[in-house]
Amino acid sequence: MIRAENIFKSFDETEVLKDISITFEAGKTNLIIGRSGAGKTVFLKLLVGLLQPTKGKIWYSDVDFTNLGKKEVRQIRMDVGMLFQGSALFDSLTTEENIRFPLDMFTKMTTKEKKDQVNRVLERVNLEGSNDKYPSEISGGMQKRVGIARSIVLNPKYLFCDEPNSGLDPKTALLIDELIADITYEKNITTVINTHDMNSVMGIGDNIALLHLGKLVWKGNKNEVMGSDNKLLQSFIFASPFLQRLRDAALSKG
Amino acid sequence: MDFILRAPKRLLFHFGRYLLLMRNAFNRPEKWSMYWKEILRQMDDIGIGSIVIVVLISIFMGAVAAIQFIYQLDGQLIPKYYIGYIVRDLAIIESAPTITCLVLAGKVGSNMAAEIGGMRQKEHIDAMEIMGVNTAGYLIMPKVVAALVVIPMLVVFSAFVAILGGYIASVGSGELTGGEYLRGTRSFFLPNNVNMMFVKSLVFAFLLTTVSCYKGYFVKGGSVELGEASTQAVVYSNILILLADYIIAVILTG
Repeated sequence: MIRAENIFKSFDETEVLKDISITFEAGKTNLIIGRSGAGKTVFLKLLVGLLQPTKGKIWYSDVDFTNLGKKEVRQIRMDVGMLFQGSALFDSLTTEENIRFPLDMFTKMTTKEKKDQVNRVLERVNLEGSNDKYPSEISGGMQKRVGIARSIVLNPKYLFCDEPNSGLDPKTALLIDELIADITYEKNITTVINTHDMNSVMGIGDNIALLHLGKLVWKGNKNEVMGSDNKLLQSFIFASPFLQRLRDAALSKG
Repeated sequence: MDFILRAPKRLLFHFGRYLLLMRNAFNRPEKWSMYWKEILRQMDDIGIGSIVIVVLISIFMGAVAAIQFIYQLDGQLIPKYYIGYIVRDLAIIESAPTITCLVLAGKVGSNMAAEIGGMRQKEHIDAMEIMGVNTAGYLIMPKVVAALVVIPMLVVFSAFVAILGGYIASVGSGELTGGEYLRGTRSFFLPNNVNMMFVKSLVFAFLLTTVSCYKGYFVKGGSVELGEASTQAVVYSNILILLADYIIAVILTG
């Protein structure tokens, strides 16, 4: 479980996040949604410690993450996996070497144990046999899956995904969503997903938080989206006339 | 007034940030074997990758020095074998450590700044941070250690090749016999000059790698900023090398 308490973040004079308090539950997919510039990425970076809040606290279970020394932060990060928007795979390393990197760096596993673990996670993301391919030799969707494999190879307690669907076709995006959700439930991970993909919201949104201009303006789950009278949420989720007609049709049928 | 204060303020800011980065870079590694592998890779990059350019510049440095001094000393009451002596000392004291390191700042330094800066922009550094890796340590320390080992070797090699270049030019032009040149290279030898060469090459190696890594590590923006950082890495390294060259000369010859 991760808890953010009264988070403020400013860059010089610009206040990007204003008084955000929210709890992200374990074993659930927690989505942060909002338009571009709403402050989602800054909030995610605060949660993982790449930025420091101007005010407020972030708790990992019972540990105050904002008040730790570098060594303690690194210790917590051993339990954290993150999937980046651009996958952030190391170009000069093969798929296997990319996934093995955290194992090489932090474990005392034998070469065979590492190989087995890499193959296990590759199988989990349906990429068996791709061990020797370089990032440039695989598609964007496959790169995302390698990114997921790398982020779960150390069996993390917390998984962060920054726009996991960006740049993917709808079908592949759906597969990535399902994969992240399945892994979350299987391993009881606290998963925080930063997205503006409407399909993700309606598909895997166990908990949803809508940010607008740096403020938390709505909290709920995928089943509460349709019935919500929050105008900001409605205009964000059902942005196009086509989606608005679909929503109206669904609501009129009850 | 504000304009006058801005430059020293910026200088202090960068110097402080550089010191903090170096402190992090020389923290205890997470896993020695990973750092060792990286040190070996860097030694290969810096050493083997620079041999051709070092041979080229050194042979011409020695040859040009010999030809110039033959011209300068022509008709004067100075024995011809002095050419060998002058070329040797010039190579050992100045041209091998300084010119080689200025060239290496251009080749190796810009490469390091671009490599680390590219990793920053592609979120590779963030990805490593979130894994719990001390990125300053893993990305900078192996480069500095490799440079401190390899660059003095390159400098010794450069001095040898420059003396050889002087031999080829002076004997080849028919101005001196091989015996005369070799007599010069063995005359008035001061072991302290070799010490000075090693001190210079170690200091210059440290400066060119740390300044370049610093510029790359804190790069922001896109490809234009990356190009600027790479250029600044070379310019600042060169200025600091020349400044250090003067200070070392004053201290070690005083």
